[in-house]
Amino acid sequence: MNRTENITLQELSARVRRHSVLMTNRAKASHVGSSLSMAELLAVLYGQTLRVDPQRPDWPERDRFILSKGHGCAALYAVLAEVGFFPLDWLETFYSDGSRLPGHATHTHVPGVEISTGSLGHGLSVAAGMALAARRDGKSHRVFCLLSDGECDEGSIWEPALFAPHHRLDNLVVIVDYNKIQSLGTVKEVLDLDPLADKWRAFGWAVEEIDGHNLEEVQTAFSRIPLERERPTCIIAHTVKGKGITFMENKLLWHYRTPQGEEFEAALRELGDPA
Amino acid sequence: MRTAFIETLFELAKEDERIVLVTGDLGFGVVTTFMEQLPRQFVNAGVAEQNMTGLAAGMALSGKIAFTYSIANFPVLRCLEQIRNDVCYHNANVRVVSVGGGMCYGALGISHHATEDLAIMRSLPNLLVVAPGDPVEARLATRALIEHDGPAYLRLGRAGEPEVHQSQPEFQLGKAIKVREGRDITLISTGGQLYDSMRAAEELAEMGIEARVLSMHTLKPLDTEAVLAAARETSAIFTVEEHSVLGGLGGAVAEVLMESDVRPQYFKRIGLNSTFSSIVGDQDYLRAKYGLDKTGIVKSVRSVLVESFA
Repeated sequence: MNRTENITLQELSARVRRHSVLMTNRAKASHVGSSLSMAELLAVLYGQTLRVDPQRPDWPERDRFILSKGHGCAALYAVLAEVGFFPLDWLETFYSDGSRLPGHATHTHVPGVEISTGSLGHGLSVAAGMALAARRDGKSHRVFCLLSDGECDEGSIWEPALFAPHHRLDNLVVIVDYNKIQSLGTVKEVLDLDPLADKWRAFGWAVEEIDGHNLEEVQTAFSRIPLERERPTCIIAHTVKGKGITFMENKLLWHYRTPQGEEFEAALRELGDPA
Repeated sequence: MRTAFIETLFELAKEDERIVLVTGDLGFGVVTTFMEQLPRQFVNAGVAEQNMTGLAAGMALSGKIAFTYSIANFPVLRCLEQIRNDVCYHNANVRVVSVGGGMCYGALGISHHATEDLAIMRSLPNLLVVAPGDPVEARLATRALIEHDGPAYLRLGRAGEPEVHQSQPEFQLGKAIKVREGRDITLISTGGQLYDSMRAAEELAEMGIEARVLSMHTLKPLDTEAVLAAARETSAIFTVEEHSVLGGLGGAVAEVLMESDVRPQYFKRIGLNSTFSSIVGDQDYLRAKYGLDKTGIVKSVRSVLVESFA
């Protein structure tokens, strides 16, 4: 299903980037780097993979998507607005007083946001519960959960990581936005996750590693879900924090810094004009 | 209470496939029948309470009524943030069930004493907080919680407590049960302290003090009418809880009284004085040590009344 018939996935991911920069600028908000690293992942999910209907956000048979890294919500709100879950002008209210859109993904009053997140390490257990309920009720929808790499420090990620393969939840999909930078340094410096794919494999997941910015690779991987029958899928997407804006790429600073003034102008120039 | 709960839940679950029991790998010999006969409504999350609570939230958001189950603090404090964010914020139909509230697991040590849970759970938005007084109330509460829409905490005692109610009382979540009439003072009890509160009331009667006893099985929302009536109609209010005196039943009742225009002449919270019980002993022994048995309650009441009249 492609709800963005008039634009390519390339353009959708570009729009998600542009919105993310505009939103964090207007809101003087952090986490622009965390939004930019998953633009292609979200574009493929909402432009192609997920079986959802923006006109019926509560449709019981919909695929569920949980952004467990709730701090990247600018990109999520952006893609939801682009595919029609709510009006694009809501994005201008990000962070503002009385708005529906706070700085971590929130389900209240925001159609399309499945659950509220923000404290890391919560999403995957909830996703596993949804997948288990679907399985037991004989439903065919799938549950996708996008994690950050830093989030994998949380012990509460590895509890459901153990649980899901034991229950053969092949309707559950984890996507790790492996941008290699977390809150106080690189993942390697803080708590090295490597070999990350081997860890998920050892827990019983069917794992594939992809370039999370290569639309073709992302599309191919997502179209093959479940990678193996009777096993949950884990897609490790190698990404670049701040992707798309050269001076933000791979810079810890852009986990926090908000694009303002000349930097904001430069960022927009790099992203080019919207189609 | 434990047995009353699981038997009732099993009966209800047979008729209602929305009900699922999610355990954190506890309940040996307790959840067995449920597990064997209703396997599609049973989940063992493993020794992983955060996972247990998140799973329950996910299942509840998919139309289930999920009961998480473990003992003492494990289903409460270990996964408090999951309860707050995933369950309460989403108003998910999860019932967090703790067996062994207070010092039921006395000799197992403080890791197994749930003595701050009521205060903590009471502060969470959307969450109903229920602590039945005896097995009869536990049965009625379990049944009522199926009808309730939204999250709830059910704090149970152990197995084998005496039944205080000789017949089935009228039970409504959020409405205290007047178990004993009395015109002089009121003992407001929550959870398994009901039995000792009743025995204390009987002893006080022999001394000429007629105590009303309220079983405050729902801490939130609190039955403010019953509290205010006690303040108007009796001269002293004592709260009795196997819990810290901070923020639980005593705190809740004090909040209501201080914001009202009726005050009892005397008010005292009977409970643990913000302490860890490092003494070794079973529940009865520890209750006696901390003044929560019949004798302790009577002593507290008398000391307040004697002091006040002196």
